Amino acid sequence: MRSALKSRLRWGWIGGLLALSAFVVWDNWGDALRPKSFSTPDSQVSAASVERGQYLARAGNCIACHSAKGSASMAGGRRIDTPFGSVFSSNLTPDPVTGLGTWDRDDFWRALHHGRSKDGRLLTPAFPYNHTSVITRQDSDDLLAWLQSLPKVKQPQPDHTLIWPIGTQAALAVWRTLFFKPRPFQSDAGETPEWNRGAYLVQGLGHCAACHSPRNALGASGPVSDLTGGLMPVVNWYAPNLTSERETGLASTPLPEIVRLLRTGTSAKAQTSGPMAEVVQHGTQHMTEADLQAMGVYLQSRAQKSADAAPVAVRTKVSLPVAEKGLQIYDRHCAQCHGEQGQGVITAAGDKAYPSLTGNRAVLLNDPTNLVQMVLYGGYGPATRLHPRPFGMPPAVLELEDRDIAAVLTHLRTQWGNQANEVTPLQVNRIRAAQGH
Amino acid sequence: MKSPLHLVAWTLSGILGLTAIAAQAQTPARFADNMAERTRACMACHGDQGRAGPDGYYPRLAGKPAGYLHNQLRNFAQGRRHYELMTRLIDPLTDEYLGEMARYFSSLDLPYLPPSASNAITPERLAKGQQLVTQGDASRGLPACTQCHGARLTGVQTNVPGLLGLPLDYLNAQLGAWQTGQRKALAPDCMAEVVKRIPAEDLIAVSSWLARQPLPADTHPAAKAPEGKPLPEALRCGSAPALSGGRP
Repeated sequence: MRSALKSRLRWGWIGGLLALSAFVVWDNWGDALRPKSFSTPDSQVSAASVERGQYLARAGNCIACHSAKGSASMAGGRRIDTPFGSVFSSNLTPDPVTGLGTWDRDDFWRALHHGRSKDGRLLTPAFPYNHTSVITRQDSDDLLAWLQSLPKVKQPQPDHTLIWPIGTQAALAVWRTLFFKPRPFQSDAGETPEWNRGAYLVQGLGHCAACHSPRNALGASGPVSDLTGGLMPVVNWYAPNLTSERETGLASTPLPEIVRLLRTGTSAKAQTSGPMAEVVQHGTQHMTEADLQAMGVYLQSRAQKSADAAPVAVRTKVSLPVAEKGLQIYDRHCAQCHGEQGQGVITAAGDKAYPSLTGNRAVLLNDPTNLVQMVLYGGYGPATRLHPRPFGMPPAVLELEDRDIAAVLTHLRTQWGNQANEVTPLQVNRIRAAQGH
Repeated sequence: MKSPLHLVAWTLSGILGLTAIAAQAQTPARFADNMAERTRACMACHGDQGRAGPDGYYPRLAGKPAGYLHNQLRNFAQGRRHYELMTRLIDPLTDEYLGEMARYFSSLDLPYLPPSASNAITPERLAKGQQLVTQGDASRGLPACTQCHGARLTGVQTNVPGLLGLPLDYLNAQLGAWQTGQRKALAPDCMAEVVKRIPAEDLIAVSSWLARQPLPADTHPAAKAPEGKPLPEALRCGSAPALSGGRP
């Protein structure tokens, strides 16, 4: 009697698992059984389509991942580190063996919309196909037209080095069933065409949420419209919450200033650095005024609709030795450019040479990651067509110890009316250690 | 004997003097919208005005040929030279802007410090170093350093660097990097080929001799490479086409 029950239970388990597996398989490859419903003739590729494709590729900053340093553009091979190991980007040039030479529009659409390669392989979500899934069929065809117009480059894609079993097709299939659903753009009839265009660009090509949303333990970012900010793994930059007035101030920033930041890399009250500088450099600076404006309208409306949590009153009690050290380091290393009162420097031409630190949102972010990055490794903002000669900040990594950096950051987070919490040497050390020097 | 009044006056003027110095130190230098200001990020490692870094690993930039400096910035940007801090700084910048920075550092005319190398090395080894630098080694097909880097070894306009006034640590690090392929130049990579022909044990003799030489009276790069037969085919320079008669 008991053994019969056991056996039935066992069969139940097995049956359940089989059904679940069948579902996962159907969920990931099911559409392959359906006829190619989107098929369009490949025959005529117009020059206009190639040109549109190039524009779209810039808007999507495809080049950032699909080009390796010193190698041909779009020939892939760039290593992208993830918490689960490294992946290497694919060659998108029309080489028939190592690139997309044999791909037709349906194949390319399947990669963008379903996240599956021509041979049926599931792609790793380092390729943000939850976002490319939003892209329209027309834009997908144009992108391919441009890619097929590039010089053929023979460059095989190196094998990913993901930890087992993360990179296996079975694991990817389960991951996708949990976190991915091919989904075309959902326009909002209650909003203007401009707003919808902005939403399409932000959620699709722009793949903003790939950085600006939190990732879960399995590496999945939020929905394509989630803009609530997140710490980027491995590279250690915090992509701020775009809906928060405290973090990014998009609700109150005049629209032309939002456009200016995306187009030039700098605006009256903000400037881009780290991964966002790269986005401006390769991507948004090349976009049209109309598209940038549309993105600005959408982002601003999202920020205006979200209610910020009431600011937590921060009363940082800084010990005397830390305060003294912070002031001393500030005077010696920072004041010459940022001013004794943290006021910064504006050139006679009205260009922001050194940003003001008072009331600066980047200084006041609750998470000090970006500040630590900037002080440790310094850097320039992006040199763009409209802002070609930026000023830069020297790296302090060889000169200042973790304690010094923590003290000086605490200093500027608590001076001149600034109110943010203390930065600890441990927080500085965590980033220094992760960057490897 | 000095009166107490004198003492008070001396002390007072001393205090006033000190205060004046302190006040001066606190006043930030006047901001000028120029390249010196725009290249501040470089100074933390390469020293004030690019006159060389504090620890011997960061080379002087001032007065080097502009084409050479620009090529190095491109080498970092395109992955032929590797130093994460450097790459990170220049990645967001355009090639035009990097060129402007190169020309700026090239235009600076600053005095050199006397050579400071004091590593232990026998006079025979130093003589070997001098011989390789000034005569090369015909049996190995190794040209003299002076053939490309100028008779005075102060470099040649506009793409060949000088070899004097560089710290021993930097010279060793660079020769080692050429040897292992860690440092590269635009293909065809003549310097990689040259270093391959220097016996490994003689690299230190070469660097030790170079790092001991005082600068000549004229420290500027020569306008042209010394007259002589052009480089053989195997030693063509992608980074300095002029050396092989203009063919890259």
